[in-house]
Amino acid sequence: MRTFLLSITFLLSSLWAVSSTTPETEQPKHETTSHSEEFNAGHMIIDHIVDSHEWHVASFGHTHFTIPLPIILIDEGKLLVFSSAKFHHGEESYQGYKIESDRKAGRGKIVKVIPETMETDKTASRPLDLSITKTVVGIFITFILLLIVFFQVAGAYKRNAGRAPKGLQSLLEPVILFVRDDIAEPSIGKHYKRFMPFLLTLFFFIFFSNLIGLFPFFPGGANVTGNIAVTLVLAAFTFAITTFIGNRSYWLHIFNPPGVPWWLKFPFPLIPIIELTGVFIKPFVLMVRLFANMTAGHIIVLGFMSLIFIFANMNPALGYGVSPVSVLFSVFISLLELLVAFIQAYVFTMLSALYFGMATEEHVHSSESSH
Amino acid sequence: MSLLTTLLQVAADLAPIAKMGAALGAGIASIGAGIGIGNIGRGALESMARQPESTGDIRSNMIVAAALIEGVAFFAIVVCLLVVFI
Repeated sequence: MRTFLLSITFLLSSLWAVSSTTPETEQPKHETTSHSEEFNAGHMIIDHIVDSHEWHVASFGHTHFTIPLPIILIDEGKLLVFSSAKFHHGEESYQGYKIESDRKAGRGKIVKVIPETMETDKTASRPLDLSITKTVVGIFITFILLLIVFFQVAGAYKRNAGRAPKGLQSLLEPVILFVRDDIAEPSIGKHYKRFMPFLLTLFFFIFFSNLIGLFPFFPGGANVTGNIAVTLVLAAFTFAITTFIGNRSYWLHIFNPPGVPWWLKFPFPLIPIIELTGVFIKPFVLMVRLFANMTAGHIIVLGFMSLIFIFANMNPALGYGVSPVSVLFSVFISLLELLVAFIQAYVFTMLSALYFGMATEEHVHSSESSH
Repeated sequence: MSLLTTLLQVAADLAPIAKMGAALGAGIASIGAGIGIGNIGRGALESMARQPESTGDIRSNMIVAAALIEGVAFFAIVVCLLVVFI
């Protein structure tokens, strides 16, 4: 009896919700223009993922509190430095430049304007943009945090020499030992100490950047590791180190792998070409894996949050109704993102250690055919 | 055959079809990732059941293998995003 009443109630309330969202055909459709900013989920998500020249901290009604970031341009030999506040959130041009607002033509980038207008000068080339953008400030924040934390831990080791660790030192010691004993030493072997500074820096930079990117408030929320340029540089470091420390045996295995039939190497060097593309593809995959994981996580959380506003646009009651579900899912995904933050840092560092190990491997062949 | 070419000439802008292709691609990539990671989970759980004292080792290797497979799936996602936005 009770389940029957519950199911009838559920059916009737869902029918009511659906019927009250069908558009009224008698009224002319002018509601959207009076409401000046119709919520567009796709635009909101993209604007929160990409880099920008100002840091939007909070909005209270119609007052926005943003931090303007310095803009540094080099154009035909001239260096220009000014604050992005001169652009007035992209509404004015300054000294012949403006922030592009066209979503299809490089939105957010700095372009030259046709003088006396606000139109983009499509024939001119863009200036070299070395500005301190939101992502760069995010990198600085991570870097300062790393310095503070690790100088404190190093000082604690000096002061507490021989005694049990306490405080921040005891929090970080298991993680540092984890990087040494489970990542560096098994992958690299005897000479792992050479690579420990790089691997530790890589692991903690990626881990802290991932975590800081999950905060919704300032100083968090800058999508640092979700920016493909940042992950490109990290992967480039791994590639550079692997290339420069590769020993003779490593390059031999790439260009003349032992145990491979001669006809795959001689007239057309098929296997060497495949191995050479592998040398470039492995760091490329590192870059894409970290970038895609972090960006996808942010998009999912932002998507669940915009679900509330999408439903609210149809009917305010639906907006309130979907809020608990949406918030619950966002919390769940954010917890998953904490795990993913650690796992992605671990996988990046472990694969880098593996590549270093493969590059410095002392290979002893018992016989060619046994390889 | 001429009906198809006529239809294609009418629908000269193939962007909506490209977007549908991107969505299908993302879905198929998710199927692949799901099957792959499911296999890893099955192998890991079976081995943990056979030898409970090596649970820690198996767990770390399982997570590494899952992250590598997810990397491949994310490749497909990035390609589909490129199709939609470029």
